[in-house]
Amino acid sequence: MLKITDLRASIEDKEILKGINLTIKPGEVHAIMGPNGSGKSTLSSVLTGNPAFTVTGGQVEFYGKDLLSMPPEDRAREGIFLSFQYPVEIPGVPMVNFMRTAINEKRKYFGQEPLNAADFLKLMREKRAIVELDNKLASRAVNVGFSGGEKKRNEIFQMAMLEPKLSILDETDSGLDIDALRIVANGVNKLKSQDNATIVITHYQRLLDYIKPDFVHILYKGRIVMSAGPELALELEKNGYDWIKQQVDNEQ
Amino acid sequence: MNALKQYIDLFVEHRDTIEQHSVAPLNALRDKALNALDGAVLPRRGSEDYEATDLEAVFAPDYGLNITRVNFDGNPAESFRCDVPNMSTCLYLCFNDMIYPGANAVRNAGGVVIETLAQAATSHPDVLTGYYGSIADLGDPTVALNTLLAQDGILIYIPDGVTAERPVQLVNIFNAMQPMMAVRRLLIVAGRNAHARILACDHTQSKDVKHLSLQTIEIIAGEDSTIDFYDMEESAATTSRVSSLFVKQAAGSNVLVDGITLTNGFTRNDYRVDVDGEHAETTLLGMTIAGDSQHVDTHTVINHNAPRCNSNEMFKFVLDDNAVGAFAGKINVKPGCPRVEAYQGNRNLCASPTARMHTKPQLVIYTDDVKCSHGTTIGQMDQDALFYMQTRGISLESAKTLLMQAFMSDVIDGVRLEVLRDRLHHLVEKRFNGTLSACATCATACNNHTK
Repeated sequence: MLKITDLRASIEDKEILKGINLTIKPGEVHAIMGPNGSGKSTLSSVLTGNPAFTVTGGQVEFYGKDLLSMPPEDRAREGIFLSFQYPVEIPGVPMVNFMRTAINEKRKYFGQEPLNAADFLKLMREKRAIVELDNKLASRAVNVGFSGGEKKRNEIFQMAMLEPKLSILDETDSGLDIDALRIVANGVNKLKSQDNATIVITHYQRLLDYIKPDFVHILYKGRIVMSAGPELALELEKNGYDWIKQQVDNEQ
Repeated sequence: MNALKQYIDLFVEHRDTIEQHSVAPLNALRDKALNALDGAVLPRRGSEDYEATDLEAVFAPDYGLNITRVNFDGNPAESFRCDVPNMSTCLYLCFNDMIYPGANAVRNAGGVVIETLAQAATSHPDVLTGYYGSIADLGDPTVALNTLLAQDGILIYIPDGVTAERPVQLVNIFNAMQPMMAVRRLLIVAGRNAHARILACDHTQSKDVKHLSLQTIEIIAGEDSTIDFYDMEESAATTSRVSSLFVKQAAGSNVLVDGITLTNGFTRNDYRVDVDGEHAETTLLGMTIAGDSQHVDTHTVINHNAPRCNSNEMFKFVLDDNAVGAFAGKINVKPGCPRVEAYQGNRNLCASPTARMHTKPQLVIYTDDVKCSHGTTIGQMDQDALFYMQTRGISLESAKTLLMQAFMSDVIDGVRLEVLRDRLHHLVEKRFNGTLSACATCATACNNHTK
């Protein structure tokens, strides 16, 4: 579904991604790990079209389409979803309006009629249950006054509503207590199918205990320097990144 | 050049005709107005309190006046079919400058008197003589010009202890083939413990012709009275509006004034509130949405002349394209007025790099032991919020609309009439998504009509 070839990107003339190669197929879960500042969040920003970053080279194909030429909203409608590390608060915009606009613009993109109010509210109710999100939160402004855990649950709720093909979870575990982590991870697992894929960006094994990856990649200095099975994450938990850093730095 | 001169000359030449077609309490003030205009000039851009606005240019075109009080063709009530849904109002129409009763118009509804100033001259001469021109400041040349030329207007009189069950709605409409100035006058007098809610809205049907509305409004709020006055402009790019609103509040009165500009050409709104009695409360709200080359200038003065009063003021502007906004707000706490609480806010959003906002908040405090604050901001759209919405499949355009609407939501929520609040949310949404002027249900084409 997703084919990244030699992707390079920079912010304010500083190159962050220096040639990323990655292929993802439906049904797969990929974990991306790596030390701070290695470019993990930049990768998720570039894939979703954040205007703060400039793509300086390479290609990204999503189901055969050139992803990089699409505006962010079209990437979302085609099925890419980002769960933000720091979800944005939008005062004055009620969750309900926000979600209805998102759903109906996606439907319009595919030539479908907008959902009527009753069906929409029913859908909200169903999907809210997946992450045990309180109805009160759904009637408030987007993320305003939400606790850290509620914000992350709200991200997964939106993911459930939009039914993406590829979900990128950017440090969804940061700032979560153990119970919230379980709720969020369970939510993600419930949404998993043979047709969709997930990229999990994380520092810790603990999230991967819940969301089991098929592949683990290590991103360092803007490149994927190592890819292996789930056992790699356990090894990192034990030994840290130093041995990989040394290996890579020696090669250079 | 002096644009005032053409109107003063016109008055001098046609004084007899003007006075014949008017009534004594209005005629009684014309000499004073003429004196006030002696040597007066209209402020130009850069004058004190007119930093962004050239009134001389606004009055310069040769506007016609309806001094012989000719009725206009057609049925004005027929031409305006829109109403606020789910709200039953007493409707009055001011067609150019002529007043016509509309739906549910009753001259005396449950004790509330709504009539033309001409009618009031015979039925309520004491009210008219006592209050007409009593607080309008002739030191402002536009108010003096209004007083010089006004031939009729509307009186809303709520006697002591009376509550107006139905909101009163005044619809000002321009529809004329020739460039025209409408001299409009509104007098609202609430007695002790009297309560009323009043909505005014401005529309232009003849959108290709230049019009100028010169309006003076006086609101006299008696002890423990409540008055809500909502003033909404939905005119056209060719329409100019120069409006001065004066409020005088007695002890314990509660007055809310909300000025809304959805569509317009040029607008200058002046508000002056004198809080003269203890425990009076004032709420001054404003909301402007302007695009293209719209110009909206708001000037407010709140004089706290008595101790232990509250005032709350919040004006918000969303400016797009080449729109120009201006806000100057002054709060005066006079000597010997302890325990006054006065808050002023002006928040502005410039949605395009060419939109301009001028703002000048002022507090002048001559008493210790008061709580006052002012705050003003001019900002752009939150880029993070826009991107966040885009990643959910919301187009950049819709995301901007949602943010602009959100920016206005607290001013709309300040409206104390629930049905009007819902209506405003709806109108603002339409204004932002560009469908406000696309309705053909009535000649006003304001798209207020819901099926």
